[in-house]
Amino acid sequence: MLEQRIHLALGSSSNQEAVLHQLNASLKKNRLDDRIQVYCHTLHDLQKPACGIYPERIFYENINENLMRLLVEVQLLNKTPLEQFQQLKLDQSLIERFDQWDKDRFFYKQTRIVLKNAGKINPEDIQEAIAMDAYQALVKALTSMTPQDVLDEITLSGLRGRGGGGFPTGRKWQVAHDQINDVKYVICNADEGDPGAFMDRSLLEGDPHAILEAMMIAGYAIGSKHGYIYVRAEYPVAVKRLEIAIHQAENIGLLGNNILNLGFDFSIEIRLGAGAFVCGEETALIASIEGQRGTPNPKPPYPSVQGLWGKPTIINNVETLANIPQILLKGHKWFRTMGTPSSPGTKVFALGGKIKQTGLIEVEMGLSLKEVIYDIGQGCEHNKKFKAMQTGGPSGGCITREDLDTALGFDELIQLGSMMGSGGMIVLDEDNCMVDVARFYLDFIVEESCGKCTPCRIGTKRLLEMLNKVTQGEGTLELLDEMEALAQYIKTSSLCGLGQTAPNPFLSTYHHFKDEYMRHVVDKKCDAKVCKALLEYTIQADLCKKCGLCARACPTYAISGTVGRDPFTIDPNLCIRCGACVLTCKFDAIKRQ
Amino acid sequence: MKTIKLNINHQEVQVQAGLTILEACRSQGITIPTLCHLTECKPKGACRICVVEEEGKQNLVPSCVSEVKEGMRILTHSKRSLASRRMSLELILSNHRKDCLSCTRNLNCELQSLAQTLHVREDRFLGERTEGRYDDLSNGLVRDTSKCILCGRCVDACLNIQGLGVLTMMNRGFETRLGPVLDLSFKDVNCIECGQCVLHCPVGALSEKEEIHEVINALEDPKKFMIVQTAPAVRASLAEEFGAPMGTRITGKMVSALKQVGFDRVYDTNVAADLTILEEGHELLHRLENKGVLPLITSCSPGWINFLEKEYASLIPHVSSCKSPHMMFGAILKSHFAKVKGLDPKDIVVVSIMPCTAKKGEKERMTSEYKDVDHVLTTRECGRLIKLYGLDLMSMRDSEFDQDMFGTSSGAGVIFGVSGGVMEAALRTVVEKLTNKPLDKLEFKELRLIKDVKEADINVNGTLVKVAAVSTMKAAQPILMQIQEGTSPYTFIEIMACPGGCINGGGQSIYPCNHDLKTEDVIKLRAKALYAEDQDNTLRSSHLNPDILNLYRDFLGEPGSKIAHHHLHTHYSAKAALHLEFD
Repeated sequence: MLEQRIHLALGSSSNQEAVLHQLNASLKKNRLDDRIQVYCHTLHDLQKPACGIYPERIFYENINENLMRLLVEVQLLNKTPLEQFQQLKLDQSLIERFDQWDKDRFFYKQTRIVLKNAGKINPEDIQEAIAMDAYQALVKALTSMTPQDVLDEITLSGLRGRGGGGFPTGRKWQVAHDQINDVKYVICNADEGDPGAFMDRSLLEGDPHAILEAMMIAGYAIGSKHGYIYVRAEYPVAVKRLEIAIHQAENIGLLGNNILNLGFDFSIEIRLGAGAFVCGEETALIASIEGQRGTPNPKPPYPSVQGLWGKPTIINNVETLANIPQILLKGHKWFRTMGTPSSPGTKVFALGGKIKQTGLIEVEMGLSLKEVIYDIGQGCEHNKKFKAMQTGGPSGGCITREDLDTALGFDELIQLGSMMGSGGMIVLDEDNCMVDVARFYLDFIVEESCGKCTPCRIGTKRLLEMLNKVTQGEGTLELLDEMEALAQYIKTSSLCGLGQTAPNPFLSTYHHFKDEYMRHVVDKKCDAKVCKALLEYTIQADLCKKCGLCARACPTYAISGTVGRDPFTIDPNLCIRCGACVLTCKFDAIKRQ
Repeated sequence: MKTIKLNINHQEVQVQAGLTILEACRSQGITIPTLCHLTECKPKGACRICVVEEEGKQNLVPSCVSEVKEGMRILTHSKRSLASRRMSLELILSNHRKDCLSCTRNLNCELQSLAQTLHVREDRFLGERTEGRYDDLSNGLVRDTSKCILCGRCVDACLNIQGLGVLTMMNRGFETRLGPVLDLSFKDVNCIECGQCVLHCPVGALSEKEEIHEVINALEDPKKFMIVQTAPAVRASLAEEFGAPMGTRITGKMVSALKQVGFDRVYDTNVAADLTILEEGHELLHRLENKGVLPLITSCSPGWINFLEKEYASLIPHVSSCKSPHMMFGAILKSHFAKVKGLDPKDIVVVSIMPCTAKKGEKERMTSEYKDVDHVLTTRECGRLIKLYGLDLMSMRDSEFDQDMFGTSSGAGVIFGVSGGVMEAALRTVVEKLTNKPLDKLEFKELRLIKDVKEADINVNGTLVKVAAVSTMKAAQPILMQIQEGTSPYTFIEIMACPGGCINGGGQSIYPCNHDLKTEDVIKLRAKALYAEDQDNTLRSSHLNPDILNLYRDFLGEPGSKIAHHHLHTHYSAKAALHLEFD
């Protein structure tokens, strides 16, 4: 749990490394290193090195490595100001700089590649996009690269699908390219459906031309003349801006027949999704475009071999596509400088939940989860205790405090039992009951299952019913075993990716928070005080002023007593755990546990 | 042929390349159960019953959709695959109504027998059940989704075999329900009530609308004169209801059983089939001579007539106005027969045993004061009726149909039950009439193939006349479009709704949709029984049937006469394919 932040402002001449080293060593020695984050800024115009401690906003000047130890032991450990250093009255402009650093931490660790234009250009004006290099990569591909060159560049870049699976994009394209067929299709999957995720939406709304350009490059690379953008109808602004972008690109000869007079034809159509989560699964998406019921089909055949209308089809997520023009323009080596060897580049996340700074972020792969939560997100709201982070949407899993040093990457997250998914990141704190969290996500999955295969259609429903039993205090140890067996069955027997990951909300929370499940099942207690059926309301007789307000607020007449004479009591059999009494009591006499 | 070596259950085997694991295992005599798989249609991998363990794979593999690969190692009945299979089944059962004892499919239910095979011994998953729908508003079919297991076989049968697409899945997830669009009744959509969905349903979610109780009540009523007639195709399938192999000819035993059940007369619809040929043949000759509307299309299949009225009403002038044989028979029984026997037509109850669910709707078409046919029982219901009366069909002695007035039928009549049969029967009569000389060969080989579209060129006095026999609406549509466009090369077309004709009709015995038996085999086996009966008959052509000739002499006059039209012909009218009512 990070509680404090130290910003070091070290002048160019001072012995910065020694200061930093001493500070880190002292923190470690006093076991403060997981509670305090150190930021280091090199200021060339600074005469005396200084530091600022946040959130207290305490500043010291003239610091050196010997004094770092004292700073840690006295100021940080004992919360006593260092008299001998005297809290220096720093120059007001320097203090402002410290404050600015602390505030800007949201952007500080971000690297914006795909979001580079979002919010900066007018997405409804193609000229502004062109001024920001839009369609340059397409020109480069059409004029100086063969389709195979494009494929090689993408393959070498190591770009992996940002939609969830992390499949190498280059390989997918190569397979489609190698199919001998006059008709091939490029599909942009913009059916973003994870609760709380809005990465694709922001991209489409902020920089639609990057997507169109990437689709054309993909078309050129695999030999396709037609593309579809499958976007959910719930994104009217994105749809409108895409329509405008397509229209404008067509008007100036960047889309349509004989693009830029270079003999390349490509057209793009928009298809609206009707709000089914499962249509983000590629075979279901294809079925939906074909006008059929959006249900997944078994793979193989993979879409890149036999996809839309039976033709070779590549389906790429919005964010994956947004990387393409940049890679072509700047080369695969540039792309590889970011991220990790197995997961190069950046990833956009929708950071949400119980965190101070929520929002859309784009970070390099390889950044630790801790940095995401505490630097960018600035920790949990109301300084509550961090409990877990849910990544990968409902199909993902949760990551606990112990694993926060893990670097962001496709394989790394899978190893933790979660997944990258499309980029949802929900932070949970001590007030979240993990059983309830599992129930929430599973409820979503039950609602969104297409109903085709048995494990997902009925299995998830039964799992949810069992989870409900646990939250209602009807759970048994045998039930937990049954749930685990059922969950494993759903995982290994379902037809599509959605079904195979459907039990993850339960499996992941059960794996990491078994003790919470045990509390629910054995002790019938919900420590986070979320599961209503397990709560108990009692009136503490010594605090009760016998005013009777609570009895009047109670909708089920569960509270009895005599005003002014006997302390009031709650009949647990009548109590529906609504909490109305707690809100009414002016003396905090009612205990909820 | 390319072969592939793989290891199934620790045995090295060699199978044909391109097979699925399921097919490969079956070729090795290993049975993997399935629920959603239909041999004729693209596998969909929905039920997950057929999962097997493939070495090196974390997830179980659905064997129906996975192709065999060189060197793969498969365990079909490992602990894990069995457990998973049983879990799938238990989950399906947890959302199933499980009123087996009162279900039409009791003891002939794939779900029931699978539960036995997979050793399900308890109701493990108790929970909410999907809200069901019950639809018995149409004449022929009943849909009860509380029994539906969403295998989607009926959807496949309706769309990919019949070419209609009436049935679909609605809603999603646990709320998924099967039925016609917008959950409408079969009667309000483009359903033709052919019953192919019933044949393919593994459980009792789709069934015929039973009339067995009405028949029993009538049988118990001493005032009623009970007449039963049996369609040609029934005799090729009824034995299956009693455990006999497919294609067992059961005519004589069936007659005995029906007599014992208590019918006053047991007649063969084949007699009326001969009558139909004379009427329809006359219609064709009349159109040929007077340059009438051609091609002429047959009208024996009520499923096809439903399709005509709902989707191709513009082609009504092309379709023969003849009623189907059992309706003709009913009309004659309630007019001429009643008069001769001194019976009041309202006391005569005509029951038709038909291989068809659409006939149940057809009987409601009124052309006179009385219904031509009062009740239609499917082959399956006939089996139930015989069992109800405690009769063991297979050990009964053979009897003849009643000889009273309508005892003789030709071999031409019996082949009505096979696709191409009506055409063949008609040709035997029409060609002889046109050429004025007997045919050298009565069998038309081209019309006996197992294909959905069969063509033949018939030499009539030196000119070639092109005819076609079509089964399924899927195969019929291109031919109907040709007619609409005016480019049809045919003079005479036979259309049957069910693949292979009535022998594979929606009212026939339900055989388990397993993978060893293809529709093709079903048609072949059952057709063989009918062709054999034709072969054994000394009378092979309808126009030589003495009973029919007597009927014309005594009552109808001549084919196409006014009185024949009054009793034996009907009319069609356009109907809405989708009937929506908004309050």
